[in-house]
Amino acid sequence: MMTNHGNRITQGQFSFLPDLTDAQITAQINYALKNKWAVSVEYTDDPHPRNTYWEMYGNPMFDLRDPAGILVEINNCRKTFPSHYIRVTAFDSTKGWETPRMSYIVNRPKVEPGFRLDRIEAEGRTQRYSIHSYATEKPEGERY
Amino acid sequence: MNDQPAKVVPSAVDLKALYRDTEIGETLDRLDRELVGLKPVKTRIREIAALLLVERARRMMGVSADSPPLHMSFTGNPGTGKTTVARRMAEILHKLGYIRSDHVVSVTRDDLVGQYIGHTAPKTKEVLKKAMGGVLFIDEAYYLYRPENERDYGQEAIELLLQFMEDHRDDLVVILAGYKDRMDIFFKSNPGMASRIAHHIDFPDFTADELFAISELMAKELHYRFAPGAGQTMREYIERRMQQPRFSNARSIRNALDRARLRQANRLFESGGSVTLEDLETITTADILASRVFTQ
Repeated sequence: MMTNHGNRITQGQFSFLPDLTDAQITAQINYALKNKWAVSVEYTDDPHPRNTYWEMYGNPMFDLRDPAGILVEINNCRKTFPSHYIRVTAFDSTKGWETPRMSYIVNRPKVEPGFRLDRIEAEGRTQRYSIHSYATEKPEGERY
Repeated sequence: MNDQPAKVVPSAVDLKALYRDTEIGETLDRLDRELVGLKPVKTRIREIAALLLVERARRMMGVSADSPPLHMSFTGNPGTGKTTVARRMAEILHKLGYIRSDHVVSVTRDDLVGQYIGHTAPKTKEVLKKAMGGVLFIDEAYYLYRPENERDYGQEAIELLLQFMEDHRDDLVVILAGYKDRMDIFFKSNPGMASRIAHHIDFPDFTADELFAISELMAKELHYRFAPGAGQTMREYIERRMQQPRFSNARSIRNALDRARLRQANRLFESGGSVTLEDLETITTADILASRVFTQ
């Protein structure tokens, strides 16, 4: 993370690649729909790697058959939160899986200040580490 | 579908080959086979299919860029096959590449209009999203518009629908359905909607002969057949039922058949003993004669 060029956050799939185009996003959604996974759109302005649960934008789209509807939602979310992180998640409800099978970022802020590594002295000479996002120094909603 | 890379424009397009490759002939034949009667409807569907086929050829030649208007209105009495035809239409549109999938989302007013302020928009959008890439079939569409209540939320749903039809031309085909007279009033009071509907198809009522053919077809599908004489009784039943109120064409026949099945099952059960396959498959005159239609 700290050696990451341009501080681009690398979470989920395709995050080392340049931003996906809408056509590429559509193709990925198509793949998810083909596998009968429920696609949902989520956003956050606290991209700490341990922040697993982002805010949901609308409901998960369980019975959509076509990617166009999801792209509409993604674009609505981009309009509402132009400089938040937005990701698309595909949830597999098959018994035994019951987990997101895909997750990739479709929108990110222009400037990503990145993270700082904090070293914390613990009992004895134990060294603990913590990751601190520079962006979270500002209150929610003003971060990017 | 529309953003294919620029191709070499062919000098001629073989319409026959296109017809064959897209396999719409098969869908049209199935329409002919599965639906009894409805001659004018079938003719119109064939005409529309031909138009769409030619339009596709034109597009292949690079003549027209805009997709032709595809939204339709199906008018006719209940049970005249509007929903079934809508399904076939979706197949045809899909095979010709005008929609991405052949799914039909069938909704009524309840699915679109909310119950309180701010409830309608999300509800309608949800439905529209579901229908994208396919066909949105709105049954009894005129209920969306209630002139007697100016604060009715139906108007909001109509506006959203129009907006969506405009913004997502390539993603959605809307088919409105309902009684002819009420649809006419609906279109008159919603000129925006009327101007966007390109194809109006009127579904005539079935004749008694057609209904009898339908009943035989339905029975066959369910693996039943009429005992000798029962066919004639069915015909009489149909003629009597047609005179009664709330007659809804093929749907009434379906219901009549279901009730006959019920009586047949009851008769077999009460007679006890063993039954043969033939007994299980046969609907007798008595099963039909016990109907309310004959006793009144």
